[in-house]
Amino acid sequence: MKKNYKIEVDCAACALKMEEAAKNTEGVKDAAVAFMTQKMNVEFEDGADVKEVMKKVTKACKRVEPDCEIYL
Amino acid sequence: MTKKQRKVLIRIIISAVLVVAFHFIPVENPYIRLALFLIPYLIIGYDILRKAVLGIFHGEVFDENFLMAIATVGAIVLGEYVEGTAVMLFYQIGELFQSYAVGKSRRNISELMDIRPDYANVEQGGQLVQVDPDEVELGTVITVQPGEKVPIDGVVVNGTASLNTSALTGESLPREVAEGDEVISGCVNMSGVLRIRTTKEFGESTVSRILDLVENSSMKKSRSENFITRFARYYTPIVCLGALVLAVLPPVINICMGNPADWSRWVIRALTALVISCPCALVISIPLSFFGGIGGASAKGILIKGSNYLEALSETKYVVCDKTGTLTKGVFEVTHVNPSDGMTADALLEMAAYAECYSNHPISKSLKTAYGEAIDSSRVTDVEEIGGHGVQAFVDGRLVAVGNVKLMKQLEMPYAVPKKTGTEVHLAVDGQYAGYILISDVVKPNAKAAVRGLKEAGVRQVIMLTGDAGRVADAVAEELGIDVVKSELLPADKVTEVEKLLEAKTGKEKLAFVGDGINDAPVLSRADLGIAMGALGSDAAIEAADIVLMDDDPAKIATAMKISAKTIRIVHQNIVFALIVKFACLGLGAVGFVNMWWAIFADVGVMILAVLNAMRALRYKD
Repeated sequence: MKKNYKIEVDCAACALKMEEAAKNTEGVKDAAVAFMTQKMNVEFEDGADVKEVMKKVTKACKRVEPDCEIYL
Repeated sequence: MTKKQRKVLIRIIISAVLVVAFHFIPVENPYIRLALFLIPYLIIGYDILRKAVLGIFHGEVFDENFLMAIATVGAIVLGEYVEGTAVMLFYQIGELFQSYAVGKSRRNISELMDIRPDYANVEQGGQLVQVDPDEVELGTVITVQPGEKVPIDGVVVNGTASLNTSALTGESLPREVAEGDEVISGCVNMSGVLRIRTTKEFGESTVSRILDLVENSSMKKSRSENFITRFARYYTPIVCLGALVLAVLPPVINICMGNPADWSRWVIRALTALVISCPCALVISIPLSFFGGIGGASAKGILIKGSNYLEALSETKYVVCDKTGTLTKGVFEVTHVNPSDGMTADALLEMAAYAECYSNHPISKSLKTAYGEAIDSSRVTDVEEIGGHGVQAFVDGRLVAVGNVKLMKQLEMPYAVPKKTGTEVHLAVDGQYAGYILISDVVKPNAKAAVRGLKEAGVRQVIMLTGDAGRVADAVAEELGIDVVKSELLPADKVTEVEKLLEAKTGKEKLAFVGDGINDAPVLSRADLGIAMGALGSDAAIEAADIVLMDDDPAKIATAMKISAKTIRIVHQNIVFALIVKFACLGLGAVGFVNMWWAIFADVGVMILAVLNAMRALRYKD
């Protein structure tokens, strides 16, 4: 399953880091962050709990870029 | 400017004023001096310092916040208060400018692609009410007034109007619609009030699907973007280590050699190197260039589904085209009228149109269209269809036989053999051969220019695949200047042909297939690049293709390739320019020729130039 989230991030390098962080989160099959459109596209593993996974993704992203925002 | 940006601007101004003021206040006590300068330093730098500390705790040690924190704290420790604060100040000015410039570019591009309708007018209790298009149910009648966008796909219930489709197709000629016509969302109504019964929900409407496609295009990343990601991952730590070595090694060597250590000089050089090395210019300008290229293309009615496809387009060396509907109009038209002696072309067409007036066959229709005048059916009597051959009828009392070669043979009529290709319609009037009319699928007016454009854009071979007869296909190919023709193919054969071509090509060369989206979804997805044209409203084609041409102009393929080439050129310029300036400054900085101010230019200046260069990708002129 794929889902799109609106995000807020200030620099392109930070967007790359968020993408990396999201990709390495448990339950995430693949993730892409588009700095230009300020969107995050997350593909979940089969049977993953989207809410739980996104909580973890948010936490992971905040670690690498404290100023980022993900609108769930 | 956003709220965040305004806040930074205020901090910059306060801090700058304080630095200048403190600079001119003579304070003897070094501790008071330090305390004074810490005020503007913390005002401008507190968020950077916070992020740097958080970064260390989170294992993100070598990021740009860390670079700036170390550089400025280092300067302050060495007693360079003004310089330390100024570096932070300029870094923030650069960041502010960057965020403003990038934000503006993003908005520019987004506006270009913004075809999102804000509301739909629905009649409620005798009054028009504006509602969110998302809430309009299927089958609701909506009203579109002049100047408004059609929010949802539907069918006109009443009213006539001319619609501007340029936001969707890049085509400036307005389209006239009347009762019963289908309209697609995203068009702008230029005149007249339209009442439209919606046939789709907003989420399924053309405009939503296109927006989805464009917004997700930056998710599919190009090789250049992936390169920068990998590059940044190794680059920053390496530079940090390099700076550390630069700060420590020379003084240590000095000490060993028995010279004075000269710590401050080497630490400042190392800090300068840290400022120079920030990879922002690269990281930001490359996705921005691709985004600009995609935006510029969409303004021309070319939707590109990802940066990777835009990149592949510049490497396309083989273009395989479908014939019908792609290079030709896919409709039959009278292309040639050849009357025998004693007959005029107009009279021949008139006879043919009248004799065929009761038939609905595409050929009869094209005859009637070419005749162009209203048919007075009372002039036609005793119509007799001769199956597989043609028609016989009395027109104005004269016996007219209209049909193919077989009919002429059956009537034992000597007939002329046309030199050109097409479907032949022969006529005999009162037992005398009267001439023939040729009907064929017409080549699109700019198909020839399109093929030439492809060659100019660097395509090595243009290949045409068609299910048509060899003679017709060859004639079209010759007219258009196509290199290879494969005719009399079944739809499945087209896939085989494309696979053969895919195997034959070498290296990075890419193969693009261009079709009209009807029956060619398998080929579209098999090719390196699938290009669907005239695909408005065809869901399957939009799904299967990587690039969608909104109108059916084949010349757009070359336009897309040129936009792609320009974008790639800009990306390469930026990579080379940024790396050269950075490495040059790093080299000069290590030996002491570059001071902090140059370092700031190497960081912020290069970034700004790269962003400005990236914005060129947005603009493409034919």
